[in-house]
Amino acid sequence: METRATRIGFGIATALVILFLWIPILIILAYAFNGSVLQTWPVQNLTLHWFHEAWNDQEVRSALWLSVKIALITTAFALVLGTAASFAISRFQFFGRESVSFLLLLPIALPGIITGMALSSFYTFAGIGFSIWTIIIGHTTFCVVVVYNNVLARLRRSSPSIIEASMDLGADGWQTFRFVVWPVLSTALVAGGLLAFALSFDEVIVTTFTAGAQTTLPIWILDTIQRGQQLPVVNAVVFVVVVLTVIPVIVSQRLTQDSGLLRRR
Amino acid sequence: MSELAQSGAPVRSARLRLSAELWRRPWLKVAGLLALPVVAFAVVYLGSLVALFISSFWEVDSFTGKVVHTWTLSNFSTLIHEPVYRQIAFRTVWIAAAVTLADAVLAFPLAYFMARLAPPRLRALLFVLVLLPLWTSYLVRIYAWRTILAKDGALNWALNGIGLPDANLAYTNTAMWIVFSYVWLPFMVLPVYAALERIPDSYLEASQDLGGRSWRTFRSVIFPLALPGIVAGSIFTFSLTLGDFITPALVGGANSQFIGNVVHNYVGISNNVPLAAAFALVPVIVMAVYLFVAKRLGAFEAL
Repeated sequence: METRATRIGFGIATALVILFLWIPILIILAYAFNGSVLQTWPVQNLTLHWFHEAWNDQEVRSALWLSVKIALITTAFALVLGTAASFAISRFQFFGRESVSFLLLLPIALPGIITGMALSSFYTFAGIGFSIWTIIIGHTTFCVVVVYNNVLARLRRSSPSIIEASMDLGADGWQTFRFVVWPVLSTALVAGGLLAFALSFDEVIVTTFTAGAQTTLPIWILDTIQRGQQLPVVNAVVFVVVVLTVIPVIVSQRLTQDSGLLRRR
Repeated sequence: MSELAQSGAPVRSARLRLSAELWRRPWLKVAGLLALPVVAFAVVYLGSLVALFISSFWEVDSFTGKVVHTWTLSNFSTLIHEPVYRQIAFRTVWIAAAVTLADAVLAFPLAYFMARLAPPRLRALLFVLVLLPLWTSYLVRIYAWRTILAKDGALNWALNGIGLPDANLAYTNTAMWIVFSYVWLPFMVLPVYAALERIPDSYLEASQDLGGRSWRTFRSVIFPLALPGIVAGSIFTFSLTLGDFITPALVGGANSQFIGNVVHNYVGISNNVPLAAAFALVPVIVMAVYLFVAKRLGAFEAL
């Protein structure tokens, strides 16, 4: 249908846009191995020294540990809330169904600064002091929706009648869950959980408003970039952050592609 | 099924009865499932938005620096009457619009190629190549551009390599425009792709049969059908740019303040939450209007 010239034109444009998307990421990854303390391009005298330096930096370590803790607990919350909500939305018709799904989407539809500001005024309002939990609540608001979307997509593709069949065969609620529902959902849950982890792990905007004086890894990166010191260490940390977020995303992509028990049979 | 044998008979019958009971009364199950998420969400999130809204009508006492809980419109009149705020709001919205336009132009050929020209395996690869940058820390991607645009960065190195002079883009509004367009591009590609993929081949054939050349087919068939996708993508690019303060802080210059920077400073540094809350309502109102228009254009079906 498309003429040859159109095809070639679109092909070239596609290649250019993909390069535009990837070159900056590859450049910043390369900086992690820069032997020079100056941020000049091209990178010189490749070294692993900065990884060593970053690993031994006390601030980086505690920031990393805080971020990991937050991401793990957030993921757990998101899994529970997102799964419950997706079950209710997909299996039942009830009053206010539309507004519930809209409510879940709101934290990602509104700019992060609104969520952050709103939560921070809520904490002041309620007299809650900043702690790890204020950050976790902030992250949970926008992580629920990733789990919700993943589980909802899986539930829509599986038939609710398998649950009825299980009950007819004499299984109780727990057994139905353990032997029927869980095998169908497990990969969607893992995928949603990984995405929630990745999302929470590198979030900055909501975090700046809900952290108070605490330093998560992204906040440490932001502060250090703005101060302009220790940039080689930042580069090494950035490399690790990219790897730590990209791996869960790739794994979750794989998991949702071949979609659980029902498809394979 | 060892579980069956293990559980004692009375316990088991009780569990069965409970399951059956729940099955017969779906609303109980709905209540059980939804109670936790809805309460958590409604209380924390909606409560927060309401708190934000209310505090925009409060005021900071200039002597004590404490928030005074009396109703006033003074924050809004400050925002309207001080030219600085108007300028910042205008800059934010203007750059958000420019970013949206740039993303639409960049995303279209890629989305078209993915949806209609690429063989399945290449399409899957392109999907990964578009999605991965989206999930890569956005702070990292902004930082990457900060180093690229710097004086000794990769951009000037490349330009000098082909005999061109330095591009002095670091810490300018142009730099912000490039970086925003870069960071949000995947958000535009995906909905445009979804819209283009849904166009049946027969529409294009029909257009050609009726004598439409490539350009005419694009203008009269493809573009109108892709428009809801573009509008859907623009919701992200526009809204995310409106609310951002990291990009202006890292790649913007002295005259690059966004609404987000002001809000962030007022909350974090000068502790003037009421004024910050009032200013933060600007992106919310702009987005509400935008969403209303987008809904009219049928963008939600393309999401």
